[in-house]
Amino acid sequence: MSNVLSFGTAAPEQILGEKEVIRVDGVWKSFDEGRIQVLSDVSFNVNQGEVIALWGSSGSGKSTLLHLLGGLDAADEGSVSVCGLDPAVEKNRLRLRREYIGFIFQLHNLLPDLTMRENCWIPAMASRLARQEVDQRFEELTSWLKVEHRRDRRIRELSGGERQRTAICRALMHRPKLVLADEPTGSLDEQNGEQVFKLLYELAKREQVTVVMATHERRFAERCDRHILLRDGHVDCRD
Amino acid sequence: MHFSKLVFLSLWRHRIRAAIGSAGIAFGVAAMLSVLSVVLGAIGMFEKILSTDSQYLVFEKNVSDLFFSSVPEDQVAEIRDMDAVAQANPILFGIVSAPDHPVITCFGLEDADPRLRDADWLEGSLQEWRQSEGGILLGSRAAEFLKAGSGDEVPIGRQSFKVAGIIATANGFEDGGVFLKLSSAQEFFNRPGVSSIVAIKLKDDADGDAFRNAVSSRYEGLMALENEEFQQSYSQFRILKATSWAVGVCAFLLGGMGVANTMLLSVFSRIREIAVIQVCGFSKPQVGTLIILEAVLLALIGTAVGFVVGLGILELLQSLPQLQGYIQTVTSPWVWLAIFVTAEVTSIVGSLYPAWYAMKIQPAEALRYE
Repeated sequence: MSNVLSFGTAAPEQILGEKEVIRVDGVWKSFDEGRIQVLSDVSFNVNQGEVIALWGSSGSGKSTLLHLLGGLDAADEGSVSVCGLDPAVEKNRLRLRREYIGFIFQLHNLLPDLTMRENCWIPAMASRLARQEVDQRFEELTSWLKVEHRRDRRIRELSGGERQRTAICRALMHRPKLVLADEPTGSLDEQNGEQVFKLLYELAKREQVTVVMATHERRFAERCDRHILLRDGHVDCRD
Repeated sequence: MHFSKLVFLSLWRHRIRAAIGSAGIAFGVAAMLSVLSVVLGAIGMFEKILSTDSQYLVFEKNVSDLFFSSVPEDQVAEIRDMDAVAQANPILFGIVSAPDHPVITCFGLEDADPRLRDADWLEGSLQEWRQSEGGILLGSRAAEFLKAGSGDEVPIGRQSFKVAGIIATANGFEDGGVFLKLSSAQEFFNRPGVSSIVAIKLKDDADGDAFRNAVSSRYEGLMALENEEFQQSYSQFRILKATSWAVGVCAFLLGGMGVANTMLLSVFSRIREIAVIQVCGFSKPQVGTLIILEAVLLALIGTAVGFVVGLGILELLQSLPQLQGYIQTVTSPWVWLAIFVTAEVTSIVGSLYPAWYAMKIQPAEALRYE
């Protein structure tokens, strides 16, 4: 067992002090009772403030790996530690989602009949953040993301790029230490994809947030601080 | 944004589905309010007939309905002579018919009965009735639907009676009824020398127990009950009340199933959304609470609409001339509260399975296939 894992339920601050946000150690994951092997012996670590690309083609295991990091799924073997906590444990999972992790999805997964503001309130509501703090944070993020003029528009009235910026805003509302982004540019055209990637990268650096981004696009993977190439569930190379 | 706004918005986004769910509760509330009010009103009117200026009722033991009770007139006379008794008023109940009006309540009374003394005499007078040969009195509503006035001949059953007066009382049954002299009524109904009940007024309330014991020891076939005791123990009242609650609860069960169905549909169509809010930090109890609160809001809306619809139905029933004033609704605060609580509890119970289902949603499964 690694040093990080041996911390168990140690306070996250200890881990952050070591600059290590994620440690994945010998992880295996399969579906359909072992008939579909998705991840095989995957290990890597991520430090605070890094923007990492999990790069690979469809079915390479990128999304599954993100799900393991976010506690949406559990590994069959091996260990995962995020901010010093095992996300497979229910109690940790809730704490990680409320305090440490923000999610961005390819199809943004916003509530279409709610406004941008209301969507961004959801993580704040779950975390029971103070109203004033949330409002201030929302104003700040929407200004940075250049969607301040759309704050009270319903999601269905927004363009694809604006929706993905809203998803970024929602992911960052509760000031997470880590953002897990699953193909955040996958549903956008080239221009909007470029803008969203740049915004996400700049925000990560500005706020010292660690970003793990699953992507199949080389142009984005190569511009991240590091990329981990996944092929058929194995880590093929790191850069 | 507050949690309650999310609850409201979740329903507002699917307002037609929510309206259908609410309608189920609204119908349940309206049905329960209408049935209970009508039944309680009817019971109240009957109780009033029995308890006018009296504290005790004497009637035949073990009868299922007071219409079948027989108290012989010699026993009425003996009871009247008891030291504790200030007043004893025998009443014979019966049902008569007139053309186009098959059911009219008939009261056979002595002319000293307090309900005649206290009534508002619209036509004729007690004196005229006393002096008339086989004349009848009509309640004001009965006079309206029989289109009869003082001095007119009115066909009742196979006979014809002259109207000696028209009276108005605060009681719908009495207002829609026909009053005969006790002797005429006994002859008409072929029940010579008997009354259905005797309404007793005591000289001193403290003599109640002694009076009750005296009646049961002297007359094997009779019993005396204080008015309140009678109201609580009379099987017809109990059956009516139980039936009306049962009808209301059945209506609510249907409403509850409507809510369960609506909420289940809502959860099924929002699996991805529920997964997303879990990923955003909502705990399973928060997700369950969201679904239950949506159901509670549905019930609140349904209850409000149901009360309005129910009151409308009651108003309509009371205004229908065909009902001849028999509908006199009673809606006590306890009835409103009981209906409200039943509606909310039904909705909460109906939302438990959808809430449990929502809590069991696995975000990974729901989000895996983007």
